[in-house]
Amino acid sequence: MKSNSRLEKVLDSGSFAVTGELGPPASANGEVIRQKAKHLLGNVDAVNVTDGQTAVVRMSSWASCVIAKEMGLEPIVQMTCRDRNRIALQMDVLGVAALGINNMLCLTGDHQIFGNHPMAKGVYDLDSIQFVKVVKDMRDDKKFQCGDEMDVEPKLFIGAAANPFADPFEFRVLRLANKVAAGADFIQTQIIYNVDKFAKWMEGVRDRGLDQQVKILAGVAPIKSIGAARYMQNKVPGMDVPEPIIERLKGVPKEDVKKEGIKQCVDIINQVREIKGVAGIHLMAIEWEEAVPEIVETAGLLPRPQVA
Amino acid sequence: MLTTKQKPLEEILEYTAGEKKIFVVGCRGCAEGCHTGGEKEVLEMKEQLEQAGKTVTGTSLIDFMCNDSLVRVTLNAHEGKIVDSDSLLALCCGVGVQATSSVVDRMVHPGCNTVSMGGRHAEWRQGERCMECGDCMLEYTGGICPIARCSKMLLNGPCGGSADGKCEVSPDVPCAWQEIIDRLTKLGRLDKLSQITAPKDWSVSLMAGAATKV
Repeated sequence: MKSNSRLEKVLDSGSFAVTGELGPPASANGEVIRQKAKHLLGNVDAVNVTDGQTAVVRMSSWASCVIAKEMGLEPIVQMTCRDRNRIALQMDVLGVAALGINNMLCLTGDHQIFGNHPMAKGVYDLDSIQFVKVVKDMRDDKKFQCGDEMDVEPKLFIGAAANPFADPFEFRVLRLANKVAAGADFIQTQIIYNVDKFAKWMEGVRDRGLDQQVKILAGVAPIKSIGAARYMQNKVPGMDVPEPIIERLKGVPKEDVKKEGIKQCVDIINQVREIKGVAGIHLMAIEWEEAVPEIVETAGLLPRPQVA
Repeated sequence: MLTTKQKPLEEILEYTAGEKKIFVVGCRGCAEGCHTGGEKEVLEMKEQLEQAGKTVTGTSLIDFMCNDSLVRVTLNAHEGKIVDSDSLLALCCGVGVQATSSVVDRMVHPGCNTVSMGGRHAEWRQGERCMECGDCMLEYTGGICPIARCSKMLLNGPCGGSADGKCEVSPDVPCAWQEIIDRLTKLGRLDKLSQITAPKDWSVSLMAGAATKV
């Protein structure tokens, strides 16, 4: 075992893993984390805690992780290169490990121009691939990026993101290969609505044997309203929402759209589960955490495995 | 004036490993002033490459390599020799390397590091081309600079926001990494991206290193 991560244990046991997502509040109200955590507890193996998602100032991921951990969740701290240079990144890596957080998702981060401080200076000293390698070298070789050594290493289960729907499609598998070579232990993908395209990407992943080297968690998310679906289709960079997905929601009475969104999410889970090389799902019920219990229950993913 | 320093010969030979025929381009503008890419340095480079077993198919000096139209016109006159070459070596600033890359379908190796813009920003006016990072990496990115032209300065791009050739920040901004991949694909050199580019040493750059004395 590379870490004390519950997620690593679940994946190692061969169980189909489920990770969730929890967005910290744009205030100092820790109660928000506790309320959201209640819906996730017992329903997921680990929870991503976002780090200034869409470049909006929110409670820091690591602090929110500590609250989530007190609630009994297994947090995955997200960390972006947008706001920290390599000095700050490595300091936070040491800090979160010392606080008992076992998982880290290394991201470049959404560009600051999309957030509520578009006038901010972006850092981008490292990119996500370089950051993955820095964390791996800290854990496995006890070395900082500069080469200096440390005595106690951060035992983190290292994650990275992949977006099979961004361009150029042909390059996306090669980019995943570079993330794996850098040291990623698990991958969480962009939300999948175009299952055919995802399956095609997975074919390329298997051709290179990457599914044998890294655990791939397929990103899924229920759609709450037709407006939200249109927004993702047109406004969110790197999202692929095919028209039939929206048509299906349009086909039910307005008061049933949420219910249909949950059903559709379960259907997508069942489809991606059948694709060879998929080791689990990453369920992003963003600002809709209360939908998580029903989704995992209906998809037959309960109870979650107990691991020591 | 863009201040350049010539890259060590070992680095240039590493770039040109496996290649036999090289066309050398120099710049009569800033690079001549810096003694990094004028007539004398171009001839010296020719000699060094020949000593290393390469064939230099030809040389050319361009008044201002940052002027892409001038580069196009000047290199047109050498078309036969360039077509016969494996690659070009450009002794000039990063803007000149990119201007050359934009007009020839051959790998263009950077022969210099651009260390300072010394007050002005070249003659190729559509957008930023060189950020004076001090450790030119155009070799690995098909002669298109991701530091100047990727919104996140990714050295291992593209990010998940690249769509239809555009950057996620605006439909008016081309995705530099899409351009890099297209160009390396066209040149059959996508292998340049199969290795992870290590974190950059920013201490040699004007952007983030120590302030320099005047």
